[in-house]
Amino acid sequence: MHRRYFLSLSAISCLLTALSGCSKTGGDSIVIGEFASLTGKEATFGISSHEGTLLAVETLNAAGGVLGKKLELLTEDNQSKAGETSNVVNKLISKDGAVAILGEVASSRSLEAAPICQQNGIPMVSPASTNPKVTETGDHIFRVCFIDPFQGTVMANFVTKSLNAKKVAVFTDVKSDYSKGLAKFFKEGILKVGGQIVAELDFNGGDKDFKAQLTAIKSAAPDAVFIPGYYTDVALIAIQAKQLGLNVPLCGGDGWESQTLLDIGKDAVEGHYFSTHYASDAASPAVATFVEAYKKRFNGKMPDAMAALGYDSAMFLADGIKRAGSADSKAIRDALAATKDFEAVTGKIAINAQRDAVKSAVILQVKDGKFKYLETVAP
Amino acid sequence: MLSTFHSQSPTALAGAKRWLIVGIVLAVVVSMFSAQINRYYLGIIVDIGINIILAVSLNLINGHTGQFSLGHAGFMAVGGYTAAKISLVVSPMLPPALQPLLFLFALLAGGSLAALAGLGVGVPSLRLRGDYLAIVTLGFGEIIRVVVQNMEAVGAASGLKGIPKYTTLGWTFGLAAITIYVVTALVNSTYGRGFIAVSDDEVAASSMGINPVRYKVTAFVTGAFFAGIAGGLYAHHKQFLSPTGFDFLKSIDIVVMVILGGMGRTAGVVVAAILLTLLPEVLRQFSEYRMIIYSLLIIVLMMARPQGLFTWNRKQKGAA
Amino acid sequence: MDWLLQQLINGLALGSIYALIALGYTMVYGVLRFINFAHADVLMLGAYSAYFIAPAIHEVMPLPSLTGTLIIVLLSAMICAGIGILIEILAYRPLRQRPRLTVLITAIGVSLFIEFTCQHKAVFGADTKPFPQLMPVHDFNLGGLVIGSNDLVVVVTTLILLFGLWFIVQRTKMGTAMRAVSFNQQAAALMGININRIISFTFGLGSALAAVAGILYALKAPGIDPLMGVQPGLRAFIAAVLGGIGNLPGAALGGLLLGLLETFAGGISGLSNYRDGIAFAILILILLFKPAGLLGKATVEKV
Repeated sequence: MHRRYFLSLSAISCLLTALSGCSKTGGDSIVIGEFASLTGKEATFGISSHEGTLLAVETLNAAGGVLGKKLELLTEDNQSKAGETSNVVNKLISKDGAVAILGEVASSRSLEAAPICQQNGIPMVSPASTNPKVTETGDHIFRVCFIDPFQGTVMANFVTKSLNAKKVAVFTDVKSDYSKGLAKFFKEGILKVGGQIVAELDFNGGDKDFKAQLTAIKSAAPDAVFIPGYYTDVALIAIQAKQLGLNVPLCGGDGWESQTLLDIGKDAVEGHYFSTHYASDAASPAVATFVEAYKKRFNGKMPDAMAALGYDSAMFLADGIKRAGSADSKAIRDALAATKDFEAVTGKIAINAQRDAVKSAVILQVKDGKFKYLETVAP
Repeated sequence: MLSTFHSQSPTALAGAKRWLIVGIVLAVVVSMFSAQINRYYLGIIVDIGINIILAVSLNLINGHTGQFSLGHAGFMAVGGYTAAKISLVVSPMLPPALQPLLFLFALLAGGSLAALAGLGVGVPSLRLRGDYLAIVTLGFGEIIRVVVQNMEAVGAASGLKGIPKYTTLGWTFGLAAITIYVVTALVNSTYGRGFIAVSDDEVAASSMGINPVRYKVTAFVTGAFFAGIAGGLYAHHKQFLSPTGFDFLKSIDIVVMVILGGMGRTAGVVVAAILLTLLPEVLRQFSEYRMIIYSLLIIVLMMARPQGLFTWNRKQKGAA
Repeated sequence: MDWLLQQLINGLALGSIYALIALGYTMVYGVLRFINFAHADVLMLGAYSAYFIAPAIHEVMPLPSLTGTLIIVLLSAMICAGIGILIEILAYRPLRQRPRLTVLITAIGVSLFIEFTCQHKAVFGADTKPFPQLMPVHDFNLGGLVIGSNDLVVVVTTLILLFGLWFIVQRTKMGTAMRAVSFNQQAAALMGININRIISFTFGLGSALAAVAGILYALKAPGIDPLMGVQPGLRAFIAAVLGGIGNLPGAALGGLLLGLLETFAGGISGLSNYRDGIAFAILILILLFKPAGLLGKATVEKV
């Protein structure tokens, strides 16, 4: 008998402990919540984007903050795990009192956070989720990156026109919604301009052996291969493609952009093409300042696209708060929705009716172990 | 109460019924106040309820019946996706008043399909034991994940979004109470003695006229059914499902709850489910260290109290 | 035809890696009767050891070089053997008399602990690191067929280690003691066998194998991260069970079979997206008909 009471008591006390604790109210600071994948499978991307965001907030605070108040960035890790994000975002909003939410790179986790932000009336800015569905959730969800249909079309045009490829193979990461989305719009783009898809193969992100699929691709003899994957996988794919003698141009999207692609892929990634948000060797002073500051803050590390977008998402939000003139979530939302030409590191941003960023993409080529700027494609 | 199953069955059964009533009443009362509770805590409490259902149902397979399943997340996925798809398709056609009925139907459908999957896993389990069974159930869970990942009808890799938010405290804890009741009553019935007999010694059990095959399959089917229900609750709680949420680490999480609670001890498993859901949240302040601490805790607890955290008097039984 | 042969080569190369990892799993299982989940993480630690040792070796003898590689592999294997022995002493030894499930959960705990600790930025960090090219590489081109020198090295190493292990287990005094411990720990102890020493030795050997496998894996796919062991570890685990866990040639056979199956599935459009599931589906089918694995002995349960 005693045990039963003890058990029920301990259960109830656990509930009570969970319920107690009070929410923090920002006094002299504006609380901004950020959720990111700082550990787990996709930590690389989450950390990059988080570092960009952190740099932006530090820069803003060093310059006196926003509306005379310091920005307080609260970051929570979702371990790259599904199910974890909703708890984290609920905590940031309900317990910590965040007025706006930043995050995340992976569209699937942004999609988990979006309904919570929408229901709570809190604006959310995703730095790098390119899946169109993310902002469809509601009028509080924004993003500072372009979306998959645009990027897919850009690369389809580039492959058929600039590379003069008629027969194209597509190699997709089935585990990633980003990859599948981009592949879908790329294929539509190719078919529209009269190209031909000769092989469609899939891999699982995190695989280390791609030879089976690459052998099949090689036997289809394509003029170019489109690989909408992340750089960690792409570098290995490029190495194994080279080993198998698949010597055609490989192309991809913004997931390619990272120094790591060059470090791992070395000469195997040489000469290949991808589209992305910005060129770190561009002549724009904003880019140069950002790259300089980032390198200084993070021990000489080169910022990748995720870092630049993380930085932009925070700057974009701060700009919205400034124009709103208050730290009220509703006012911030309205200000963000009215953004016309915000000068971001990754290019000029206008927010359209779907709350997506309308901005240009750039195409880069790997040349002499560096990313070389080729062209800018306007929206 | 639950630790003395073997000697006082009628009392224990009465106890289980009382718990059922207490649980359901508590669930209804608490859900009346849920609007006042901070959403973050509300979310975690619902998580706790879902984890209780998962852990108690897995306990029937791994604890009471002595099998070793590493595929519970797979059953959860089957139930979750089925229920979510049903309510996504049907809910726009129904008036608000009928929505709870739809939810019930969706949950039951999800549970039933998961039970069917449980039958599919239960049958091979007749020929396999120990590590072989573990790997087959793990494989089964992975196969489900891969299939879901490729099914465009449920969103494939990008996940299923916009699931209506039906799950409330009342639903969750009402169903948790029912799960506990069914599992307890099942194990404590005359019929249910067979589960423990199979777990204690399969050969001896079958020589006493108990058919281990039937018990194992019953355990798998019942356990899978409730895992499916938990999946349905989860889907309508998070409002978003993606295949990566049902990988084998999720199964491991549930297994750890069962083992910490004490194999075959329902009350202990319930408390373990509560503690293990709260632990990561409490450790959130130490964000970068929390998973390190979590894993260390598993190791230390296994050394200090391998029979489970909440076992006091019953003589320790070999669990494997 | 070329296509088929090339896939055969790809499959054998992939399968050899799985086989190599599976050997470690199966050996520890053979002696201790439990699945050492942390094996996959020791594999990762092996790759990281090589990553950190390589620059030092490069000072003395410029890489890529075969001798340099051999030294790096030996050093890493020694480090990992030490780590393996330490894990056993700290985490598994106190649990030796406990139910096997307890040990299994502890092993999962150890595995998670290593993974999360290594992901911390003060340790390795979660990002992918480029693995240096240790050995000179050459791709042999045989009329349209490509065979990488790395793949050959993997196949040869797996064969050598398989025979080496078989020799140790079957033909040495240590191996006899290992088998005795595997049969019956108490009886072995009564015969004057130092159980602790034998188990430490088994763990050391298994972890050294993991280190070798980790380095070869990293050479094949030169990007390493703290979770790199998880996926091949799971596959190797399947391979070990497929072949009959505890059985050395079985592990090799299971690994090769799995590698070939995955490769052929991966090379077919519309099937490559199910690649992860296919390995498991076939495993389940095989286990249904041969419940103890391909080469495992069916045991009759004693009353």
